[in-house]
Amino acid sequence: MTVIDDGKGMSEDELVRAQDPFSTDGVKHPHRKVGLGLPFVIQTIRMTQGRFQISSVKGKGTTVTAAFNTEHWDTPPLGDLPATLGQLMALGGDHEVKVVRHRTGPKGSGSFEATRSELREALGSLEDLEALTLLREYFRDAETTLVEETT
Amino acid sequence: MTLQELRALREKGQKAMDRRVGGDRSIEIIVGMGTCGIAAGAKEALNAFVDELNSKDIRNVVIKQVGCMGFCHSEPTVEIKMDGMPDIIYGNVDPEVARTIVHSHILEKKLVDKHVFDRPSRDIVKEK
Repeated sequence: MTVIDDGKGMSEDELVRAQDPFSTDGVKHPHRKVGLGLPFVIQTIRMTQGRFQISSVKGKGTTVTAAFNTEHWDTPPLGDLPATLGQLMALGGDHEVKVVRHRTGPKGSGSFEATRSELREALGSLEDLEALTLLREYFRDAETTLVEETT
Repeated sequence: MTLQELRALREKGQKAMDRRVGGDRSIEIIVGMGTCGIAAGAKEALNAFVDELNSKDIRNVVIKQVGCMGFCHSEPTVEIKMDGMPDIIYGNVDPEVARTIVHSHILEKKLVDKHVFDRPSRDIVKEK
């Protein structure tokens, strides 16, 4: 899994701190000193002999890669990917998200893509029950087709 | 499913008669989807809300995903705002509790007592 953003980016010091579970920028909750997002990913990857990489350029953006070892006993299951992608797209805000899902199976490789602005254009609002339901169906359909094509 | 098909399903849905529950205002469900929420099962709780509301044909619902609300010890946390009920934050909302909230709080207008979050984290929540 690779996540690339074109956000604020981080300096080398900030990048080190971002990987520390007892460090946060302190903006949202001033008295609290934990930031667990990246540390949880890193912990899971270390426990299961996967691969983690992070790089960032201040002012340009950040790239995070996490490769999960599907052979390891302690690797968590993938979970409900279509529902997760639907929820990701429905997350409020004026940002763009592009998802590219690749899958390699016995019959070969395939992929599908989805862009938040296109989904929002098709659905209008993304924050109501029906939109969330339709997004989930949309990604279930895409995932099922991809699995059939590659298995 | 193509984007055109998605758009057609949306238009069909909007033409269908809404079953409006709990007054004219939309019911607002706010789900904490920070790392703490997700680690505690917020994605599954949100899925359960979607399934249960659809199965009861309740349509007038806005679902907002927000970051950490500051109640990491009681995740997943969910706030419900609707006509005829006070704004309530529920804590420890697993899929079963989510279904109970739909039946009890939203349909019957009865609080789900054991999960009401009565005294939110005082270090970060300002008293109104």
